[in-house]
Amino acid sequence: MPLLEMKGICKRFPGVVALNEVDLSSDTGEVVALVGENGAGKSTLMKILGGVYQPDGGEILVDGEPREIQNVEDAMRLGIAFIHQELNVVDNLDVAGNIFLGREPRTKPFHLIDQKKIHDDAKPFLARLGLDIPSDTRLDELSVAYQQMVEIAKALSLNARLIIMDEPTSSLTLAETNRLLSLIKELSSQGVSIIYISHRLAEIDEIANRAVVLRDGENAGEVARKEISHDRLVNLMVGRSISQFYVEPKESSKAGYFQARNLRSSRYPDCSVSFDASQGEILGFAGLVGAGRSEIMKALAGLDRTSQAKVCINDEDIEIRSAKDAINRGIYLVPEDRRSEGLVTEMSVRENMTLPDLPRYARGGLIQFGREREVANAQVETLKVKTPHIEALVRNLSGGNQQKVVLGKWLAMQPKVLILDEPTRGIDVGSKAEIYQLMRTLAEKGSVILMISSDMEEVLHISDRVAVMHEGRITGVLDRAHCTETNIMQLAVGQSVEVAKPACSE
Amino acid sequence: MKKELGIFILLIALCVVTAILNPRFLSPTNLTNMANIIGMFGIFSIGLGLVIITGGIDLSVGSMFALAGVLLSIALREWGLPWPIAALFVIIVPMALGAIHGTLVTQMRIQPFIVTLCGLLLYRGLARFIADDNTKGFGNAEGFETLRSLASGKFLGLPMPFVLLVVIAGIMWLVLHRSVYGRYLFAVGRNEEATRFSGINTKLVIASSYVLAGLLTGIAGILLSFYTNSISPSTHGNFYELYAIAAAVLGGCSLRGGEGSIIGIIIGTALLQILQNLVNLLGIPSSLNFAVMGAVVLLGVLADSYLGNRSLKN
Ligand SMILES: Nc1ncnc2c1ncn2[C@@H]1O[C@H](COP(=O)(O)OP(=O)(O)OP(=O)(O)O)[C@@H](O)[C@H]1O
Ligand SMILES: [Mg+2]
Repeated sequence: MPLLEMKGICKRFPGVVALNEVDLSSDTGEVVALVGENGAGKSTLMKILGGVYQPDGGEILVDGEPREIQNVEDAMRLGIAFIHQELNVVDNLDVAGNIFLGREPRTKPFHLIDQKKIHDDAKPFLARLGLDIPSDTRLDELSVAYQQMVEIAKALSLNARLIIMDEPTSSLTLAETNRLLSLIKELSSQGVSIIYISHRLAEIDEIANRAVVLRDGENAGEVARKEISHDRLVNLMVGRSISQFYVEPKESSKAGYFQARNLRSSRYPDCSVSFDASQGEILGFAGLVGAGRSEIMKALAGLDRTSQAKVCINDEDIEIRSAKDAINRGIYLVPEDRRSEGLVTEMSVRENMTLPDLPRYARGGLIQFGREREVANAQVETLKVKTPHIEALVRNLSGGNQQKVVLGKWLAMQPKVLILDEPTRGIDVGSKAEIYQLMRTLAEKGSVILMISSDMEEVLHISDRVAVMHEGRITGVLDRAHCTETNIMQLAVGQSVEVAKPACSE
Repeated sequence: MKKELGIFILLIALCVVTAILNPRFLSPTNLTNMANIIGMFGIFSIGLGLVIITGGIDLSVGSMFALAGVLLSIALREWGLPWPIAALFVIIVPMALGAIHGTLVTQMRIQPFIVTLCGLLLYRGLARFIADDNTKGFGNAEGFETLRSLASGKFLGLPMPFVLLVVIAGIMWLVLHRSVYGRYLFAVGRNEEATRFSGINTKLVIASSYVLAGLLTGIAGILLSFYTNSISPSTHGNFYELYAIAAAVLGGCSLRGGEGSIIGIIIGTALLQILQNLVNLLGIPSSLNFAVMGAVVLLGVLADSYLGNRSLKN
């Protein structure tokens, strides 16, 4: 008898059928991968299982018995824990405090928190996960990866038998990802079932016992462990095969077209960064998390309040003091954190798309709604954003489609230099290919593309050259011929590599 | 739109009930007086509404009225300034104070509540000090009849403040709901960081909302001074910021920012004033005035969140 069975689950939102008669089951200790395009309904299905949403139809059986899951507490009682993509930790509490939040052990007469017991109780869970952090570390001192581990520890402390992970690796580094994957294998051998959502098919290949594919809110098929392959999954997800995933660069033209000099960020005030890029080039930026890549790019886009940037585009010197300066000169940044920096999620798709360039759709200060709608519709079409209409709130779009809206904001404006910070985070394979294609087209039209990415495959295959950063400095730039994982990793930890070149001519 | 419709229905219902209970509600004198007061309160509530939409708050409005009133009286009667200059002066002072609030909020990153709370104390004290704690007024003094008739006269049989409200509301509706600047106000209120990343000078947008609020406070301040005709610096305009906040919230503004509409604010203002009128007309002890208002705002907001939750679930 399977541990969990979801049968004929339906869920409608205004204007969308998110799920239509979807089935999903899981055995004890099984790792089930849930895959599908952006907006296919993966998160919605899991939110129903986790008690966040109520289904419009269908039933859920746990241990063969039909169950109603009205809220998150019900799910917990049944042993179902949900690790959301946006983590739910309390930053200013320590590890033990987070694990036992709401269930703190108390001391006898005064009912205060029993500080000794709470830390003692936390230790076995940390040990089970192989975590070597003290249980009194505050969460805001930990990296995202560790915060995630703490959430898993919390799930274990609740006797979870089934842990749902929604895109857990999207903000982890390579090493952290590997660690999480081996942890999942370990948990599954201990009899904990995992439902694992990811757009990275290599991970699924590595850990899943079975993959369930959703397409447009319906079951599109199941693939058993032995038959899991990239092509097979893509075929089921998209309904066709994607022939050309990466687009090869043509010879890039004008060298030294774009020069950035002595960029500084408030995070590494003593390090200055300079680099050159050719017109029509995609320059990748690799490095470990915390190497200061995003910070430097923010300085370049005029978003670092403490510093100004000097750049030179096509022999013209430009000083950037504010985001407006950068935008007026055609330098745009697509930030890493779409919810807090990229989008006004409580506004519609239309309003988000036109926000950076609103005066262009206005006459005499008054917005011309017709023109605004035209542009928004055009962007939704080119990027294939899945939304019922352009007036839908961005909050209600699936993660990947939100990312497309952020891209759409800037692509409508003909960038000279487009900075993309983790451009395909949370994006499905099909859309990834489309975005790579778009980047290449932009480059061929003469834009410079600066792409920060922690996805090694992406860095290796998309970039014409790769600049590697370590603790606030560029340690070297690799030509396409010398772009290998080993070279990048070596530069990323601060060692030198013979074939690496300096980042700029001076 | 739905939000406004709800409290509009409440407003109509309230009018009907009051009219039935006491037909004097519909007497020309009462209606004119209501229109007059709604005009004055509406004008500065719009200003406060803008600040609230950016996620801020302004507690200093009432004290600014005292300061504006005292200064107006002094400028006209003691300094003998020509009325256009005196009026301009009394409008510019609140705008300048608004600019200071805006700068403190955006540049020094002090919370709006604190900045304007200090303003509330400061300007009240200043007004009392300037006036020597004496009641100032216009009495029957001459030389500024034009200003007086602009502030408390009639136009097409309607009280001037009401006419001004209609004009100002029309302009502000365009600004808030149709202009680029208005879109920025909402965007800043909902997610300041993302708006900044879109290349918009968010500090300027936020600070400017305090200046605009100052402008509308100045205008309403002149109207109010001529309405009361005497300004006792320790009580003039007391608590008026709370009326405006209550009106804005009733009208659908969220104190978290990013939500609200001009129509809603005006309906909210009207609702509160009619409620007060009802208290008077029905002979409810006026000591219960604030209690009734508090209860109604609370009920309004509760009803709104109940309906809001229901529509989310469906
Ligand atoms: N609260 C909501 N209100 C309206 N529509 C919603 C809501 N939540 C999800 N949707 C819609 O339901 C569909 C499925 O969304 P869901 O988030 O489940 O997709 P997903 O498979 O997780 O995609 P992604 O890979 O991009 O995260 C989408 O079309 C989305 O726009
Ligand atoms: Mg999702």
